[in-house]
Amino acid sequence: MSDLTKSEHVTPPGASDPLSVGERELDRFPNPGLPEHKHRLSDESEAGSKRVERQIVILFVLSLLASIGGVVGYFAFPVGVTLGSVQASTLSIGLGLGVGMLGIGIAAVHWAKALMSDVEQVDERHAQRSDDATRAAAVQALKDGADDSRIARRPVLKGALVSAVAVAPLAFVVPLVGNLGGDWNVSKFRYTMWGPGVRLARDPDGGLIRPEQVTIGSVWHVIPDGLLGSEHMLEEKAKAVVLMVRMNPTELTEAPERADWSWDGIVAYSKVCTHVGCPVALYEQQTHHLLCPCHQSTFDVSDGAKVVFGPAKRALPQLPITVDDEGYLVARSDFTEMVGPSTWERERYTDLPVSDEEKAH
Amino acid sequence: MSTTTPLAKAAGGTADFFDTRVGAGKMVKEFARKVFPDHWSFLLGEIALYSFVVLLLTGTFLTMFFVPSMTEVHYPEDALPVAMRGVEMSEAFASTLNMSFHVRGGLLMRQIHHWAALLFMASIVTHMMRVFFTGAFRKPRELNWVVGFTILILGLAAGFTGYSLPDDVLSGNGLRITDGVVKSIPVIGSYMSFMIFGGEFPGTEIIPRLFTAHILLVPALILALIAVHLVLIVVHKHTQYPGPGRSNRNVVGYPLFPVYVAKAGGFFFVVFGVLAIMGATLAINSVWAYGPYDPSPVGAGAQPDWYMLFLEGSLRLMPGQPEFVIAGYTISLNVLIPAVVIPGLLFTALAAYPFLEAWVTGDKREHHVLDRPRNVPTRTGVGVAILTAFIILVLAGSNDILATHFNLSINSITWVFRFLFFAGPVIAFIVTKRLCLALQRRDRELVLHGHETGRVVRFASGEYIEVHQPLTDHERWLLVGHEPVRPLEIGPGENERGVARPAYKKAVRRSKLSNFFFADRVEPVTPSELAASHGHGEHEEIESAESNEGLLTNASTRG
Repeated sequence: MSDLTKSEHVTPPGASDPLSVGERELDRFPNPGLPEHKHRLSDESEAGSKRVERQIVILFVLSLLASIGGVVGYFAFPVGVTLGSVQASTLSIGLGLGVGMLGIGIAAVHWAKALMSDVEQVDERHAQRSDDATRAAAVQALKDGADDSRIARRPVLKGALVSAVAVAPLAFVVPLVGNLGGDWNVSKFRYTMWGPGVRLARDPDGGLIRPEQVTIGSVWHVIPDGLLGSEHMLEEKAKAVVLMVRMNPTELTEAPERADWSWDGIVAYSKVCTHVGCPVALYEQQTHHLLCPCHQSTFDVSDGAKVVFGPAKRALPQLPITVDDEGYLVARSDFTEMVGPSTWERERYTDLPVSDEEKAH
Repeated sequence: MSTTTPLAKAAGGTADFFDTRVGAGKMVKEFARKVFPDHWSFLLGEIALYSFVVLLLTGTFLTMFFVPSMTEVHYPEDALPVAMRGVEMSEAFASTLNMSFHVRGGLLMRQIHHWAALLFMASIVTHMMRVFFTGAFRKPRELNWVVGFTILILGLAAGFTGYSLPDDVLSGNGLRITDGVVKSIPVIGSYMSFMIFGGEFPGTEIIPRLFTAHILLVPALILALIAVHLVLIVVHKHTQYPGPGRSNRNVVGYPLFPVYVAKAGGFFFVVFGVLAIMGATLAINSVWAYGPYDPSPVGAGAQPDWYMLFLEGSLRLMPGQPEFVIAGYTISLNVLIPAVVIPGLLFTALAAYPFLEAWVTGDKREHHVLDRPRNVPTRTGVGVAILTAFIILVLAGSNDILATHFNLSINSITWVFRFLFFAGPVIAFIVTKRLCLALQRRDRELVLHGHETGRVVRFASGEYIEVHQPLTDHERWLLVGHEPVRPLEIGPGENERGVARPAYKKAVRRSKLSNFFFADRVEPVTPSELAASHGHGEHEEIESAESNEGLLTNASTRG
C-alpha cells in the first residue's frame, strides 16, 4: 500500500471506518432513503385478505389429502410382481409425497407474501472489527495465558511439545495407509493371464475359437480360456480382455518383428485403452479403426493399432497369436508390454521377448 | 394477562424451562426479529441447503437396503427385472436392483436422491455465480467464499462416490477412468492406484470404501461446513442489493419471524415437493439397463452426471502427443494436463479470486451492498470467461452425443472445441466487458436525459421535440449509487533523496493489474454533471433549433 499513491478520491477514508463505502463527501448524490410503503390489496380490503386466507387453507388441505394418498399408494400397490406395479407404487407414493410437500410449501410462501406484514424493516450493521479496547484486552488475555503457562524462554519444552505432537499421528496414519494398498505389488500390472498356449475364448461365454470361424471383417471380443470362474476374475479380465479382428492379409501392415504375431490376417489387440483404460470396443469395418467410446482415442487395427486421433499416445499392445495342434487359436506369449494406461514405471516392462519360457511369473 | 388460557400457560412454562436452563430468552430476543433482505437470487443457496437435507433423508432410506459389498452373487431367478435373473453380479448391484423392484418406495427414493444430487450441485454452482457476479465475496465475506468453494469440491466428491456405488457398467467405467488418471501421477501413481482399490483394479474393496466416504466422511464434512457457512451469514448479516434506503450501514428487509420462517421454511417444502415429483415421474440412472460391472463392455454415448462432464470433456479434448519418456520414466501429460492441471487452474482461480480482487483494488473496507454486475465490467468479464471455459469443457464431454444428434464428424467437433477452449474465454471476456460498459453508458444516458415519454411536442418555431421525463430521486439512486473505482496510480520509483523504493516492482505489477481492471470505466453521473447537462440541454436546444434538426433529448429538464 505504501508504495502507491492513489488518485484523488478513490482512496476511501480507510480503515478508520470500514463501513464508509458510498459515503465520500465529494460530488455524490445523497441516498434518498426508503421509498414509501405501498399497500397490497389484501392489506386494504377485508374481502381480499379473506380470499387469501381461503387460498392458503385450500393449499394445506390439498397437501393433507395428497399425503394420505401417498400412504394409500404404499399399501395399494405391491412391488416385485410386475414392472407396472413397481411403476404404480413409485408414482403414487411419489406424487403423494411431492404434492403433500409442495402444498405446504406454496401455502407457507403465499401466506408470507400475501398475508403477513410486508413493511420493510431496517437493522443496523456494525463493523466486524472489534474496537481497540477489546483488541487490547484480547491481546492481554493471550499474554497472561502465555505467562501462566511459563512457556517463554523454554525452547527445549517447546521443541519437545512440537515434536511429540508432530510424530504422534504417524502411529495412526502409517497402519491406515500401509494397509490400504494390500500387498503393494504394483508389478502385477505387467502380467496378464495370457501366456504360451493359452487359448483364446469368446467373451462372455468362454467358447474356444478356431481360425476358420473368424470371417474377414468380423470382430471378436476375447478372453483367455480359464478366466471364467478363476480367482480374481474381474482383476484378470480387466487386464486380459482382447479384441480380435480378421482382415484381408493384404490390408494388414505389420512390423517385420511382429510378422508371426498374426494368423492369416487375424490380429489380436488389448482392448484396454492406453489413455485411461476404458474398453476400446467400437470397431469400424471400412476403415479398420477402433474407437474408444470414453474419450474417442482412435486406433488403426490394420497398422499396428497405432493412434490416429484422440488423447491416447501409445498403440494398443498386440497379443501374439498362433494356432495350436488341435486347431484352436492360442496366444504365443503374454503381452510384451504393460497393457492399459501409462504409469511412471511402465517402460521397465517393455520389449520383453516373446519366448515360451518367459512367463516365469 | 388476566385471561390466561391453558395453552398460553403451557407455553409460558416451556419458555421458562428453557430460559432458566439455556438462556433461551436472550437468543429469541436476538434472532426472532433479525432482518433479512429479500431477493429471488438469495434462494439459490437455499435450494442447495434444502436439496442437501433431502439427500440426507433419502440417503438414510437407501442405506437401509443397500449392501456395500463386492461379493459375487447370482441374482434370484424369481426377482425383477427379468433381464437380470441369474446374472452374476456384486451384492452392491443386486441390492440396488432389489431396493428398486422389491422395496416399496425404494425406486422413488433412489430417483429422488439422484435428482437431489444433480440439483444440489446445480444450485451450488448458480449460487456461486450469483455471489461472484454481485461481488458478495468481498470483505468481510472472503472466508465464507472459501467455505462455500470447499462445499462445492466436497459436493463433487459426494457425487462421485455415490455415483459409483451401484457397481454398474457405467459407474465401473467411471472408476476405471479414475484409475487411469491416478496411474498417470508421476512416481507414486501405481501405488496410489493400489491404495485406492486395495490392490489391482477393480478389487473387492472399492465399493465399501466409497460407501464409507459417501455416507460418513463427505456428508459429515459438508454438514460441518454448511454450519460454518450459515453462522458466518448471521455474523456478517446478509448482503443486500443496492436501492434507495439501502446502505452499507443497514440491512433492509423482513424479520426472520414470521416472514422468513414461512418463506424459507415453506421453500424447503417446495424444493422437497419438486424433487419428490421428479423422482416419481422422471426415471434416472436405471442401472439394470446397463447391467453389472464387467471390465469388457462399454456403451457408446455414455455420459457422467453433469457436474463431472467438464472433466470428461477436458480428457477428450487433449491431444495424445504430450506423453514423454524421460530417463526411462513415463510422464503422461496427455492425462495430467486435462485431469489435474486444467481443473486445478479453474478451481484455484475461483477460490483465490476474492483475495486477488482485494489486492488489486487495495480496498480494505467492508462491503454489504452488492454490485450490479455491469458496474464491475472486468470482474463480470472474468466470471463469464471462466464460465465459458467450463461450458466448453461440458460440451466437449458430450461431443459424441453432439456428433450423433447433429450428424457431425466427431473429429471436427473435437478440433473446434480445442480451438474454442482457448479463444472462447477471451472472446467472452471482451464481449462481456464491452456489454457492461455499454449498459453503464445507457444508465448514464438515462440519468442525464430521463425517460422517453413518447410525447412529441411541436414548438411555435416549427421544431419538434420529444418530452423527456426526469428520473425521480429513488429511480436515479440505483443508477448513480455505486462508487467509481479508478486504477491505482503508482508514484516514482525513487524517493525524494533518489533512493530506490523497496518493493517497487511489486507495486508496478499491482498497478498494471489495477489498470487491467479499471482503466476502461464509465463513472456514475455526479450531481454536478446532471446540473451541467441541464444547462447543456438548454444550449443544445438553441443549437438544434438553429440547425433545424428538431432532435432534442432532454427538453423536459429545461428550466
